[in-house]
Amino acid sequence: MRTVVRKTYKMLIGGQFVRSESGRSLEVGGVNVCHASRKDVRDAVKAARAACSGWSAKTAMNRGQILYRMAEMLEARSQDFSDVTALQDVENSIDLLVHYAGWADKYQQCLATVNPVAAPYFNFSFAEPMGVVGVACGGTTLTSMVGAVAPVLTGGNTCVMLASDQTPVMACVFAEVVSTSDVPAGVLNILTGIQGETLPHLAQHMDVNALAVHSEDARSNGLLAEAAENLKRVSFWPVGEARDSLAAISTFQETKTVWHPIGL
Amino acid sequence: MSPSASSREYGSLDRTVDQVNVEERAARFTKRSIKNESKIQGLCMALAMCDLTTLEGKDTEGKVRQMCRKARQPVPNDLQRILTDRYQMAPLSVAAVCVYPNLVSTAVDELRGTGVKVASVATGFPSGQYPLEIRLQDVREARSSGADEIDMVVNRGALLQGDYDTVFEEIAAFKAACGTAHLKVILETGEIGNYDAVRRASRLAMDAGADFIKTSTGKIQPAATMPVTLVMLEAIRDHYYETGVKVGMKPAGGIRTAKEALHYLVMLAETLGDDWLTPDLFRFGASGLVNDLLMQLAKQVSGRYQSADYFSLD
Repeated sequence: MRTVVRKTYKMLIGGQFVRSESGRSLEVGGVNVCHASRKDVRDAVKAARAACSGWSAKTAMNRGQILYRMAEMLEARSQDFSDVTALQDVENSIDLLVHYAGWADKYQQCLATVNPVAAPYFNFSFAEPMGVVGVACGGTTLTSMVGAVAPVLTGGNTCVMLASDQTPVMACVFAEVVSTSDVPAGVLNILTGIQGETLPHLAQHMDVNALAVHSEDARSNGLLAEAAENLKRVSFWPVGEARDSLAAISTFQETKTVWHPIGL
Repeated sequence: MSPSASSREYGSLDRTVDQVNVEERAARFTKRSIKNESKIQGLCMALAMCDLTTLEGKDTEGKVRQMCRKARQPVPNDLQRILTDRYQMAPLSVAAVCVYPNLVSTAVDELRGTGVKVASVATGFPSGQYPLEIRLQDVREARSSGADEIDMVVNRGALLQGDYDTVFEEIAAFKAACGTAHLKVILETGEIGNYDAVRRASRLAMDAGADFIKTSTGKIQPAATMPVTLVMLEAIRDHYYETGVKVGMKPAGGIRTAKEALHYLVMLAETLGDDWLTPDLFRFGASGLVNDLLMQLAKQVSGRYQSADYFSLD
């Protein structure tokens, strides 16, 4: 008769598995998980900001390879999710990751344009990542979680992911997949806790460039007002609704237009 | 050179430094809880103690002018207004700018009548490996261009050889060449060895006439650390007990965050007391620190964590 060693589910910030700096924990479904605080949000944003230049500077193909590697690791660890979700859900997530991995070196061709202008300029526009994107996950499936962060990462943004209040353990297991794949530290940070507490801090933070809100329960009237202070782009995503991948990627892209003089 | 030039036998120390104790004690200063109101006061104080520094080969007059404008008014208007209205803070400026001798006249020109001092590195910064006459001339040039403060580097070669009299006499000679300008002596603690060596060099510099002792050039790693600064602060305290002279302290290099700056202020207050909590006796040599102080000040008054996007680059 041996005593079972129970696992401590930790958050992923800057490539490190950490407990909440506050020391708080929550019990969700009989398991204790970290209860993220304002300072954890700050630390995660800091890590995401630091990772930004490196991740966005990687070649599109390289980003695709890393996302594909994430899918590989998810496949290898699919049994880890057996307590928290159905195998079908994990397989759907793997397929979704592979799908976005394919998009990494293709979305630019679809979004970039050459623009007709009535002046001697070669005028073209292309997509650039926004920077740090906060994602409040919704739903209870791994597919919805992966579907929320994949378009953000594919486009070269770094991400602070707030796990859905209902499925923190699934997020923690996913964090283990992320950290054992080739995703650089800080590119995807995963916090667990209560979104009603953490999302407003994310909305207030001046160093967060966009917010993607997938959860119903965290939507508050104050959110948009707080986010407006630094003109964050806030998008709301109904859970379970089929979405266009390219549109999802382009939600987290900023268009840069260049006027290049010609014929001078 | 005659050994009588120095008043002390520096080969043996008055007391050795307990490494474990000093590192433990320095670490403990980082654990103080500082409440909001005090934090704002502390951040403003740290800002007023900054020597805004640029010491690069690529420095231009334009860059120095821009830096001087930031030195005169580092705090953005809207933030300054809140600090004045809510916390009765007078308009803030940094203590000094620190540049190479060639750019002193530009800085002097830009800062005339503002109260912001101009400091110049000299004596063959950063290595100091030049003939004495050239290093003296370096000081004179910086002085004649209008520098209020001279940041000199000690002759580490001589120091490491145990040639303390040479080091002493050189510092005394630079002090004489400084005239009324303040002399800051850079020990370059990353190069001179252990804490005992730092204490020895600190005492030597102060005996030789330093107005300030400074940790580092910023060109060598490790630069300023809390334990090294603590050793130097304790040397300053002992010097004060023996002579009644208050010597200033300037940690430089490696202090990038407001949090660290507050830790240093705590250490300063608890080691030397409130008398030293003034830009006349304590400075931070830093370039990046100013922006982080501003961001933390903005965070304190707005409640929002800030982004570097909204603060000037240099």
